[in-house]
Amino acid sequence: MREKILYSLGIVAALFLARNIWKMLVGLPDEAFQGAIFRVIFFHVPAAFTCFACYLTALIASISYLKSKNLKWDSLSVSATEVGLAFGAANLVSGMIWARIIWGIWWTWDWRLTSSLICWLLYAGYLVLRRAVEEPTERARLSAVMSILSFSVVPFVFFSIKWFRTQHPQPVLYGEGKMDSAYRSMLYINWIPLLMIAVIFVAVRMLQEKRQREIDALRRTVHAF
Amino acid sequence: MLFFRQVATVAAKDLRSELRTKEALNASLSFALVILLLFSFAFSPTSDMTREISGGLLWLVFAFAGALILNRSFARELENDCLDALISSPVSSPALFLGKALANYVLLLGIEFVCLPVFGVFYNVSWAQQLPSLALVLVLASWGVSVVGTVFSALTVNMRLRELMLPMLVYPILIPCLMAAMQLTTPLLAGEPLTGDLFAWLRLLVGFDIIFTALAVVLIDTVLIG
Repeated sequence: MREKILYSLGIVAALFLARNIWKMLVGLPDEAFQGAIFRVIFFHVPAAFTCFACYLTALIASISYLKSKNLKWDSLSVSATEVGLAFGAANLVSGMIWARIIWGIWWTWDWRLTSSLICWLLYAGYLVLRRAVEEPTERARLSAVMSILSFSVVPFVFFSIKWFRTQHPQPVLYGEGKMDSAYRSMLYINWIPLLMIAVIFVAVRMLQEKRQREIDALRRTVHAF
Repeated sequence: MLFFRQVATVAAKDLRSELRTKEALNASLSFALVILLLFSFAFSPTSDMTREISGGLLWLVFAFAGALILNRSFARELENDCLDALISSPVSSPALFLGKALANYVLLLGIEFVCLPVFGVFYNVSWAQQLPSLALVLVLASWGVSVVGTVFSALTVNMRLRELMLPMLVYPILIPCLMAAMQLTTPLLAGEPLTGDLFAWLRLLVGFDIIFTALAVVLIDTVLIG
């Protein structure tokens, strides 16, 4: 039943996304300076938002795990981190494609790019750490600490943007960047299906973790005999 | 008061056992010297070039050498179940942690103290022109490295591939601290005083130290005991 709801939600999200892609390709005119490639922003920025929403979820889940010692929170934390990493990669790659066309280079050591990459590596470290611990409760405990430490360093990483010269376009939703209202609303509207997809992925991944725990429990029972 | 006495006791114990065996200290010092030597092949050590990258170079050396010390910090206690004995002793885990961090801090500062003159000789840098400010930067940034590194030393102590896990996990977290230290050290080594812009980096260092010390003290119970 739960899976059926998830899959139907997935279909809704895919249809929504298809509608958005149609709208942004046909309904919206090319941007005056950048031409067609500017449409990358409708995925680039929402992917970044989704990624941070996932990291925040992982933080809350980690704190909740340490409070309650319920492994459900641990599986939420790992699912959210994995999905966050996927969206973080989408953000980085879409940005690189845009940069290749507009700046002529794939990558520059601009601080915003660098800090996104650092965050990505931090959370990749979280997954590596999980691999290195066998025992489930110990793994949950240590990775919760890692998640909390990773999240606490994120503001430090990002606040230093102000002090480093940056060639990344100014943030358009807060700060000094400007954007036409039609583009802006498209950006928000496209965030909805991406967020839906992220929620579905997290839910599916949590189901997998639950099954894994059940399998492990069965294995232990068999061993006991 | 008792808390600080416990911190001092743990730190003294760690330093004593390290200074008697010198296992981490020797390894870390010679490693630091090897890296200093290797950097001379990575770029041509002319005075202009050295002036531009001196801060980054030095802090990479300190970070690499520091990882060796930090690796040993908790791993040393694994033999004969010393870690279990320490945890079950009446010393609270924050005191145990701060004592160990303090010992690592002293060792790290010692390595920096040796490396700086060597760096000055090899790369022809008169590093002592802004000594008080440079000392301040070393003191602040090394505390950041020690505190975060000691948490991860405790976190990775029972893991497979411990020696690999620690640097892999700890360097990304240390990036803001190391970056601030590099930004500050380069002009200071060139003899320029601390001015307006640089104070922002100094504030970042202080903020990093305070926040991560507080977080570490709060979380260390979870890491060590659960």
